[in-house]
This record gives sequence, structure tokens and C-alpha cells, in this order.
Amino acid sequence: MSKRQRKIVTACAIMALSLGITPIANAMHIMEGYLPAGFCVVWGALCIPFLVAGFFSIRNKLRENRRALTILAMSGAFIFVISSLKIPSVTGSCSHMTGTGLGAILFSPSAVSILGVIVLLFQAILLAHGGLTTLGANTFSMAIAGPFLAFAIYQICQKLKLNRKVGIFLAAMMGDLLTYCVTSVQLAMAYPSESGGVAASIVKFLGVFAPTQLPLAVIEGLLTVIIVIGLETYAMPELKSIGFIKEQEVR
Amino acid sequence: METKKKNTGLVIVLLVLVALLAVVPLFLKKGAEFGGSDDAGSVMVEEVSGKAYTPWFTPVLESMLGGELPGEVESLIFCLQTGIGVGVIAFFMGRFVERKKQESLHNDHH
Repeated sequence: MSKRQRKIVTACAIMALSLGITPIANAMHIMEGYLPAGFCVVWGALCIPFLVAGFFSIRNKLRENRRALTILAMSGAFIFVISSLKIPSVTGSCSHMTGTGLGAILFSPSAVSILGVIVLLFQAILLAHGGLTTLGANTFSMAIAGPFLAFAIYQICQKLKLNRKVGIFLAAMMGDLLTYCVTSVQLAMAYPSESGGVAASIVKFLGVFAPTQLPLAVIEGLLTVIIVIGLETYAMPELKSIGFIKEQEVR
Repeated sequence: METKKKNTGLVIVLLVLVALLAVVPLFLKKGAEFGGSDDAGSVMVEEVSGKAYTPWFTPVLESMLGGELPGEVESLIFCLQTGIGVGVIAFFMGRFVERKKQESLHNDHH
């Protein structure tokens, strides 16, 4: 074997090993039946306007130009991949990422709401992960709160003329983190602590989710940057056509 | 070409970082269970509310199967989810890469 071939084999082995030792476990999302019915209805109702807006946002974008479809499909696929990977974290439990930042930055946060619901439905029905009764609450945290924050952070970073990659990293990371913060708040509102009320309860739930999620949020930020670099290198016409990169920008 | 080379280096560095972040916890917390934070969440629900909580709704699939989805089948479906996603991304990325190659070939001939 040549030196290069040996390197490839080693790389393959490392990848196979790291995949093989990742334990399989359930993680994140509020479980089926864990929210009182009233909360399920309210969170579900809150999601509806965002989903409707998302539907129109996608339809308008696609009517404007069909090319956007490929990037939209890739954003959706990114959420599929990222949210199926459960990664061990420093706290000794596993969790997974959301992957919603990419679509929010490339398209609009409301468009991601639709993509997110598809993923959540897939997991709720086939995997008993998350749930149909808690779909509203989970949609709000993963497919609405997260992407909207990611979008806002990216816009602010652009205004501040920060390096685009730094902006993407921050946006995707914070969007991921917020998803878990919102989940904590949702659980805390349904289960206020007897001694300290909702606030004490929020602290407790955050204590479970936040330390686990922090390293994963960093991973999500890095992966989002990687995929955008890939798109910038090979799919410039598409990125220009959806307005992500302005025509006069020369790179 | 210059920026492309720079990007390749950056991508490699980022990928290594990702791998490290994912693998290092395994060694830091030897023997830990690495269960889901969902389960940690339900333990916390019990602690906060002071009593064991019985979910009022069982997942549709579980009630149809009369029990939990077997672990192996669950990982199969998770793999399916990953596979669908990777397939879509790889398909379009492959097309983009090839298109760019064709374009630059085309430009060279002129």
C-alpha cells in the first residue's frame, strides 16, 4: 500500500470506529403524553401561524425560481441527518442536534418550520421519539424558536460586518441552544416546582439539558459552516438566486 | 484557486474539531450510561412534581405493537432517517460538483 492509501484506510477505520461506539439512546424532545392536554393545544395553536407563513414563504420562493428547490431540499435533508445523529456529551448522556439553522439562514425561518415539522412527524410516528400530543410544543422549540433566533443572529452579524462564517457558526449554535432552553421552559411551565414555582423549575430543567447540549450546539455550528463552504464552492448560482449571496459580491 | 485551498484546510480542521467534540466525552466519562437526555428529563419531572408521572398518552406505534419498538429496529429507522438525508445532500452536491467541473472544462476550451 502506498502512503496515501494507508492514510485513507486509517481514516476509514477511525470513522467506522467512531460511528460504531456511539451508543444508541433516546434524546431530547418532550415525550409523548408528558404535557398536560391544555399545554399541547396551546403550543399547537401557537405554531399554526408560523406554519402557514412557512407554507406561503416556500411557495412564493419556489414560484420565483425553481432553482431554490434544490437548496431547500438540501436544507431539509440536513435537518434529517443532523437530528438523527445522537451524540454523547460531557454530562454522560446523549442528545441530538436540530440542524435548523442552515435553512433559516439560507431561506427564511418560517420555511424551516415546515421542514422541521416533517422531521418531527417522522420521529414521532415511526420512532416514538417526541410525540403526536407534544408535537405542537416540540415544533415550537425546534422548528420555530431555534430557527428564528438563528436568522436574527445571522442578520445582526451581517450588519456588524462580521466574517460570514463566524456569523453562520454563531447563528446555528445559538439556535440549537435556544431550542433546548425553550424545551426546558415548556416543561417547567407544565411542572412548576412546589417550593419555587416555575422559575425554580426552569433552572432545574435547564440544568439537565443545557450542559448536555452545549458541546452539541458547537458541533452543529461547525457542521453548518462546513456545508455552507461546500455550497459556496459548488453551488454559487443557486446561492445567488435565493439571494443568500449578493450578485456584486466577488469571492 | 487560492481561496479554495484555504477552504479545504478549514474544512478539515472543522471536521477534526467535530469528531473530537463527539468522541472525547466517551473517554471523559468512562462507564457512563449515555442514555438520552429525554430520560433525564422524565426523571427530573418526577423529582420536581414529587410523584411518579404516568404519561397520559402512549405513542401510537407502541400501542399498536403492544410494547416498545425493539432497540435494533429503532436504530434501523434512525439509520433510515440519516440515509434519506445523506442521500439527498450527496445527490445534489454530486451534481453541483460535476457541473462546476464541466463549466471550467468548457471555459478552458475557449
